[in-house]
Amino acid sequence: MTENTKKQGFVGKILSLPNDNPTKTIIVAVLLCLVCSILVSTSAVIFKPLQVANKEADIKKNILGVTGLLSDDVDVNTLFEQFEVKIVDLETGQYSDIDSATYDQYKAAGDPEQSVKLSAEQDIAGIGRRAKLAKVFLLKEGDKTTQVVLPIHGYGLWSTLYGFISFEGDFNTIGGLQFYAHAETPGLGGEVDNPKWRQLWQGKKAFNDQGELKIEVVRGYVDFKVAGAEHKVDGLSGATLTSTGVSNLVKYWLGEHGFGPYLKNMNAEMEK
Amino acid sequence: MAGEIKAAVYDPLIDNNPITLQVLGVCSALAVTTNMMAALIMSIALTTVTAFASAIISSIRNHIPSSIRIIVQMTIIASLVIVVDQLLKAYAYEASKQLSVFVGLIITNCIVLGRAEAYAMKNPPAMSFLDGIGNGLGYSLILMVVAFFRELLGTGKLFGHTIIPVANDGGWYIPNGLMLLPPSAFFVIGLLIWLIRSIKKEQVEPADYQIHQVHRTEVL
Repeated sequence: MTENTKKQGFVGKILSLPNDNPTKTIIVAVLLCLVCSILVSTSAVIFKPLQVANKEADIKKNILGVTGLLSDDVDVNTLFEQFEVKIVDLETGQYSDIDSATYDQYKAAGDPEQSVKLSAEQDIAGIGRRAKLAKVFLLKEGDKTTQVVLPIHGYGLWSTLYGFISFEGDFNTIGGLQFYAHAETPGLGGEVDNPKWRQLWQGKKAFNDQGELKIEVVRGYVDFKVAGAEHKVDGLSGATLTSTGVSNLVKYWLGEHGFGPYLKNMNAEMEK
Repeated sequence: MAGEIKAAVYDPLIDNNPITLQVLGVCSALAVTTNMMAALIMSIALTTVTAFASAIISSIRNHIPSSIRIIVQMTIIASLVIVVDQLLKAYAYEASKQLSVFVGLIITNCIVLGRAEAYAMKNPPAMSFLDGIGNGLGYSLILMVVAFFRELLGTGKLFGHTIIPVANDGGWYIPNGLMLLPPSAFFVIGLLIWLIRSIKKEQVEPADYQIHQVHRTEVL
């Protein structure tokens, strides 16, 4: 106390108040909150650019991962330059002229102008709204598209899963499926990240010969003796709800309210 | 003074370890010890937070109103944890993704608040800082030991480098999947506590109750 009484003015007066004084309690609380909030917001602002860059690199890595192009030796950004990024109007299934570099599909989904509300019937993926336009990533050899990566998302058990699905040049054979953000139970639903399970998707056909969407995740193991096994993927044991969620979100995004029209267009173009 | 500094840093390593003696912070010890890299980053994050939180709380300890004491401590701890989380997201993105919510949960780690309340509120900043470092290191030591066994026996690797070739990749070792699940951390920590208390008998707690010996004469 002797130290504090020496100090002059307002600060000294406050410091010399007993600790349980209500005025001092409020002042300490306000000052503390002020200092802490400045600290927190400063760090948030300073580190933001780095974090955004990290997130972008991570998404690029996942796009490369789903196409099997990812390699440890080559820089992610260099590899990613092989992709042609295009914007698709989901309703018509045609390419749109909007600049792909600045378009953010998930931001657009929150904007009533740029998105459509899904009815409960349509919304099997549990996403509420979807953007009118979507970003797709094409890998080409000459004029021929060899792979296409589509962004997909939907609700599992606890969280929305965000990921990519890739198709081979026929726009029917699945090349890979990978999620980059989710919060499913580790060890159960979290097994959607398991490379072994992801591998099961490779080579599956999304549509049958009549062009109907048939892909689904089944409970337990797929019986290869029964017809239609090429459209079915094993469910994750102990994660029925996550499996159903993945099944629904894939069905939604490949269906008529998702990329269905686009895939049909592209498929028709291939057969021309 | 030198002895005091030594005690503040070394005591929490074995003699007064926050996990094995005080049995605090076990939740995160179960969650982040599946591999050594995650455990190491978690250790560094927790040690930093405990040390700085203790130092800051200690430097304003004479002016913290006792009625809002815990809130003040929590606010300081929470702010530091957010800063650490932001730092990890900026400079160690992969690791922060792996640790996910557990960095944020340092806020609720009993060790941090425990040291603030038990030590920093009564001691000067420099010593509180060292006490925070010591307790952080005590936590880190256990985390690293647990992660060592879990990663080695669960995947045959250490820090992601193959030590024992596993059967899936053509080796001879069939990894023990249980080691990758949270219960195995309980077993490893339990065995560690057993080991430490067998060597350091003074850590053994007296039994909560004793079975009363009934003699025939009493019954009669």
